[in-house]
Amino acid sequence: DGSDVDNEEGSAAENEENVKGTGKGTKRATPRTRRGHARGRDRHGDEEDEDDEDGTRRAGHRRHRSRRRGRGAGKEASDSDMEPSKSRKNQANQKSKEDDEEEEDEKGGKNGKGKNEKKADKKPDKKGKKEKANKKKKDKKKSGSGSDSDSEEEPITEEELAKLKEEVEEKKKLIATLRNKPWKMKKKLSVLKEAQLFVDKFEGALGKGKGKKFYAYKVMMMKKWMKFQRDFENFKTACIPWEMKIKEIESHFGSSVASYFIFLRWMYGINMILFGLTFGLVMVPEALMGKPYGSLPRKTVPRAEEATAMNFATLWDFSGFAQYSVLFYGYYNNQRTIGWLKFRMPLSYFLVGVGTIGYSFMIVIRTMAKNANDDGGGDDTSFNFSWKMFTSWDYLIGNPETADNKFASITTSFKEAIVEEQESRKEENIHLTRFLRVLANFLALCTLAGSGYLIFFVVRRSQKFALEGLENYGWWERNEVNMVMSLLGMFCPTLFDVISSLENYHPRIALRWQLGRIFALFLGNLYTFIIALMDEINLKARYLFPFTMFDIYLGNLEEEKIVKYNMTIWEASLYNGTIPENSTAPPIQVDPADVPRGPCWETMVGQEFVRLTVSDTMTTYITILIGDFLRAVFVRFFNYCWCWDLEYGFPSYSEFDISGNVLGLIFNQGMIWMGSFYAPCLPAINVFRLHTSMYLQCWAVMCCNVPQERVFKASRSNNFYMAMLLFILFLSTLPAVYTIVSIPPSFDCGPFSGKTRMFEVISETLEHDFPSWFGKVFGYASNPGLILPFILLMVLSIYYLNATSKSYKEANLELKKKLQSVRTEN
Amino acid sequence: MGNKQTIFTQEQLDAYQDCTFFTRKEILRLFYRFRDLAPQLVPLDYTNKPAVTLPYELIGSMPELKDNPFRQRIAEVFSEHGDGNMTLDDFLDMFSVLSEMAPRDLKAYYAFKIYDFNNDDYICKSDLEKTVNKLTRNELTPEEISLVCEKVIYEADVDNDGKLSLEDFQHMIVRAPDFL
Repeated sequence: DGSDVDNEEGSAAENEENVKGTGKGTKRATPRTRRGHARGRDRHGDEEDEDDEDGTRRAGHRRHRSRRRGRGAGKEASDSDMEPSKSRKNQANQKSKEDDEEEEDEKGGKNGKGKNEKKADKKPDKKGKKEKANKKKKDKKKSGSGSDSDSEEEPITEEELAKLKEEVEEKKKLIATLRNKPWKMKKKLSVLKEAQLFVDKFEGALGKGKGKKFYAYKVMMMKKWMKFQRDFENFKTACIPWEMKIKEIESHFGSSVASYFIFLRWMYGINMILFGLTFGLVMVPEALMGKPYGSLPRKTVPRAEEATAMNFATLWDFSGFAQYSVLFYGYYNNQRTIGWLKFRMPLSYFLVGVGTIGYSFMIVIRTMAKNANDDGGGDDTSFNFSWKMFTSWDYLIGNPETADNKFASITTSFKEAIVEEQESRKEENIHLTRFLRVLANFLALCTLAGSGYLIFFVVRRSQKFALEGLENYGWWERNEVNMVMSLLGMFCPTLFDVISSLENYHPRIALRWQLGRIFALFLGNLYTFIIALMDEINLKARYLFPFTMFDIYLGNLEEEKIVKYNMTIWEASLYNGTIPENSTAPPIQVDPADVPRGPCWETMVGQEFVRLTVSDTMTTYITILIGDFLRAVFVRFFNYCWCWDLEYGFPSYSEFDISGNVLGLIFNQGMIWMGSFYAPCLPAINVFRLHTSMYLQCWAVMCCNVPQERVFKASRSNNFYMAMLLFILFLSTLPAVYTIVSIPPSFDCGPFSGKTRMFEVISETLEHDFPSWFGKVFGYASNPGLILPFILLMVLSIYYLNATSKSYKEANLELKKKLQSVRTEN
Repeated sequence: MGNKQTIFTQEQLDAYQDCTFFTRKEILRLFYRFRDLAPQLVPLDYTNKPAVTLPYELIGSMPELKDNPFRQRIAEVFSEHGDGNMTLDDFLDMFSVLSEMAPRDLKAYYAFKIYDFNNDDYICKSDLEKTVNKLTRNELTPEEISLVCEKVIYEADVDNDGKLSLEDFQHMIVRAPDFL
């Protein structure tokens, strides 16, 4: 477009020359001369010319363009008769009265939008255009000296500038919130265009004179930045994994089932971060910079096991080569720094262990707080019917079967609410419901007590068997404890389900009771098991993760003493075997595989956890395949040749078991948290497990399950899952913390071997790597005299915050009551 | 991604992105959904802003709306002349308001219009009755329906005129946890 201006100028110059030179027809010559004059005047103001061309965009332009065409020739002729310099001002005066808007236009800065106008300029005939250009230039001259839109020749005053700025800001805000306005699209589009034109025009104007170029540059950068932000948002939404899958599940099964998958995805995110930490800061440095396999006894497969070390069965059991690798605690060397980077391995191991726990706590609590905010006002029954009417339809449903279920559930919900409303005046039914609920809870307690007693009984029996020698008994007696616990875990939840039908709660509340009861079942079983075992440490049970550690550890203590004794004997035998000439024995080269090995309880514990996780995964997958898939196949294909209708009758298709799956996920995560200190490979295994689990379960849900009978919204369940997760996190970090603080690490393996306590690595680092004053400060800070008041302060602040939050809630309630009373007054 | 599409000009796409809650990709996807309803009516080139209106029957047959008991009202509220026939602009508008990124007060405004069957800017008892019947597919008895409507008016009517105005409705709905 700039070139066009030049062309025009060039041609005008040519014309001028032509006129001067050749003296063509007057009619044509005059305008050209005029133009030539005007151009000549303005030739030094190229920049302003361009501004003129670019700055005009308003509709008013059309107006004065036509006006100009009509009036232009005569007037300009008269104008150009005067002296150029004087006439400028006069012309400006005259024109300004007619065309205030045009002056506003000309204030516009350099902008691409002006180019449209430029193109539009080409439409009228060339003469008119040039006249317009002249006029613009003249007026621009005037405005260049700083005139306002309203007044004629006054400079832009401060307040007008401020007002202009305010308007521009307003328009910008309007553009930003345009999508929130409840207008029709047409209106929004036209308002948007108008506002954008306004902003573009005046943004340049606000930066005057020398700052103009810089301001225009700033505006351009702003626009680029906004475009970048928009592209980044586009990119971010494309990055969320599995979004389409989850949306599909939501439309078929409602938002409660989808909430499980969203929970699963969230867990996957957390595990990715834990994996990143353990992999990047523990496994990779040791693999790259630590001593290689086979250089140390702890890093080598012992001679005795070498033959079977590569077998698939051994590897599946995580022994053999898998055990003596970066996957487990025992492989790591206790050197303070490794490699040329002087990477502090033990410190890193310790900090990563503590860091994973800390990070998990932080993120769980942060998510809880976020959910609590979204929850809004909490339980509110003041709009029960209104909400049922206006919010019960789930607009995300896109499947006729689900829609049918939804209609049915809405109808039932209305009927229930009506019945409750009618019967709330009758007293008897409340008592009946209450009685039934008390009865149901009593039955649940009985079940729990029964299962606890059964476990106690079975454990005692198995101890008796062990005393008499396990060879005398068959498979059942040997595995009685395991089997009984698995069976209890399978059947008691179903029993709880049946009991809960007595209680007649809203399905969301019933789900919570169910979850709570299953939780209590598992914990209760655990504790009875421990109590039954108190006397007997030798029994290794796979269900007692924290206590597995205890008995492994205690067993180890014994073993350690024995091994240490053996090692001294062995070393002595080595020296005795090869009698050196000198009295000072040179270091004897022994293959690391042959050195007798001390017990490594941490690795054993890590292995237990890994085996548990793998078997848990296998069990889940097989249950899905058999319980859901085969059942669906059976129901579908055998329905033709069966006496009763399989699809509506007994087996029928399974519903997606939300509570079971959520609990499974939470317990699995608990195991990971407990075990990742001893087996850095656990988060990696879990990431893999969650990834495959997501695909498998999404497929299984869509293929084999049917929507539930009572579809309910999951809106308030999320914090419940988080609360359970937090509880499990707390429970699972206790054992690891206890071992770090109180139990001496194995003397022969792991990054902390040789120390009396694992946390000594911190004090060691403080001594060696930090300046001495730091150590002193830390010493003072860890003084109980300082820590206890600090803890007291935190407890007090918790109490204070709790009290203020309570008072806010009460104030909220008061205001609600007030509102209600005002309503009833009216 | 790139700017290889020829359906809209860049300015049009930017304007749509400013006026709705959608990203560029989503707008294009919505356009293709719109087109799939009637490929012979909807041109592939929207740079000249052709005025193509799809009749309500096609809109109502979309899988997202097919099972929705309020689909007719939704289409009527968002259509240009209130008859349910929608242009692409109306289509984008409708999905922008229904998307999860739209704020609650905007949704509340449109929800009010949807539930206001007779378009008199108030939700009166007959509107409520129609809503309940649509929700339960006429399974409730007339006494039950009238009980429900009475309870709703009792709960939500703040200015006590026997019907729900926009303020009543917004006041009630903004608190609802299930209002998505």
